Amino acid sequence: MIEAINVSKSFNNHEVLKNINVKFEKGKTNLIIGQSGSGKTVLMKCLVGLFPIDKGSINFDGRPFSDISYEEKKKIRQEIGMLFQGGALFDSMNVEENVVFPLSMFTEMTNSEKIERANFCLKRVNLENVNKLFPSEISGGMKKRVAIARAIAANPKYLFCDEPNSGLDPATSIVIDNLISEITQEYQITTVINTHDMNSVIEIGDKIAFIYKGSLWWEGDKNSILHTDNKEINDFVYATELTRRLKGK
Amino acid sequence: MFNLAKIFNKNMKILSEVGRYLVLMKQVFRKPEKQSIYKKQLLLEMDNLGLDSLGIVAIISIFMGAVVTIQMAFNVDSPLIPLYTIGFATRKSVILEFSPTIVSLILAGKVGSRIASEIGTMRVTEQIDALEIMGINPAAFLILPKIIASIIIYPFLILVSMFLAISGGWLSGSLTGLVATNDYVYGLQYQFKMFDITYALIKTVVFAFLTASVSGYYGYYTSGGALEVGRSSTKAVVNSSIMIILFNLILTQLLLA
Repeated sequence: MIEAINVSKSFNNHEVLKNINVKFEKGKTNLIIGQSGSGKTVLMKCLVGLFPIDKGSINFDGRPFSDISYEEKKKIRQEIGMLFQGGALFDSMNVEENVVFPLSMFTEMTNSEKIERANFCLKRVNLENVNKLFPSEISGGMKKRVAIARAIAANPKYLFCDEPNSGLDPATSIVIDNLISEITQEYQITTVINTHDMNSVIEIGDKIAFIYKGSLWWEGDKNSILHTDNKEINDFVYATELTRRLKGK
Repeated sequence: MFNLAKIFNKNMKILSEVGRYLVLMKQVFRKPEKQSIYKKQLLLEMDNLGLDSLGIVAIISIFMGAVVTIQMAFNVDSPLIPLYTIGFATRKSVILEFSPTIVSLILAGKVGSRIASEIGTMRVTEQIDALEIMGINPAAFLILPKIIASIIIYPFLILVSMFLAISGGWLSGSLTGLVATNDYVYGLQYQFKMFDITYALIKTVVFAFLTASVSGYYGYYTSGGALEVGRSSTKAVVNSSIMIILFNLILTQLLLA
């Protein structure tokens, strides 16, 4: 479980996160949703330690993460996998090398064991025969899948996904969503996804935290989000013509 | 009063940049996570930064040596000055200044822009964040192999440059008939001091460190997009060159005075 307690963060005296208290549970896909500029990306970057927080604390399974030394932080980070918005694959490495990289850095596996693990992870994300291709030679959806394979290669306890569906068509988005959800349940990972894609919310939202103007405005799941009378949530959920029509039916 | 405030702010900005550079260097020289991976990176960087530069270093050195010899020959027009002075002056110019400083300045352009744009692009495409999330020290992983590779490979490039520049000088002198081979070779050997080579190599190692670390610094702190990567690359080249010129003066004063 990942816990944020009274987390606040400001940039140039502008408070972006205001006393956020939220828990992300193990074995569930936890979604952070909100409009662009609401502070959800900042919250995720604070959770993984890319932004230092101004106030409050962050715990990973009861272990403090926000106010520990660099070396202690590195140890916890080795249990984290992260899928970045653009994939963030290493351009100079091919697909297989990208997936093998965290294993080479932190395990004592032999080369054949690492390649076997990489192939397993790539197969798990439905990618085969792409091992020797470079990131520039594969599509956006494939990049995301390779990034997921890299994120799960070292058996992480925590998986963070920053807008995993951005730039993908609806069909590929569903494939990615289902993949993340399956992996979360299969390996009992604490998964935190930052999204504003309503399809993801309805498909895989085991737990949803709605951030509005830097505050945690609402918490619930994929069922309760459709029936809440919270105005800000409804403005977000029913922002498109399609969702409004579906609500009408 | 306004100007004073402006000057103060500018100086504070320079101080803050120097501080940030030193903090980054402290991070760069932390103990590596896994030495075998760093060794692999080091070999890769030696190839990328050093061997890839061999062509440009060779071309520049040959022509530089040729021009220095011709200029010397045209300036030595008194019958009282022996012709071997041409070889002597070419050797001195090439070893003391042209090869270590001018070639390092050219490498600051080639290698510096490469380092800054490579690391800068990794920053804006979140590849550095990805390394950090994995629990890897990105500053050390990306910059340390480049610094060590430059320190190892630059002296080799400069020695090659010295040899080729002197050869270029001999070729131009003998082909144009400005200086006979035996005069030129005698001049090369005349009052030869091994310390000149040592001095040049000490300068080269310092310049290699400055180019790789300053360029790494500008790449590492890039923020934004493609435009900022370009800006970082330009800043890296300009500031590396300024540092080379400044340290050239300091080292010359320290080692030769």
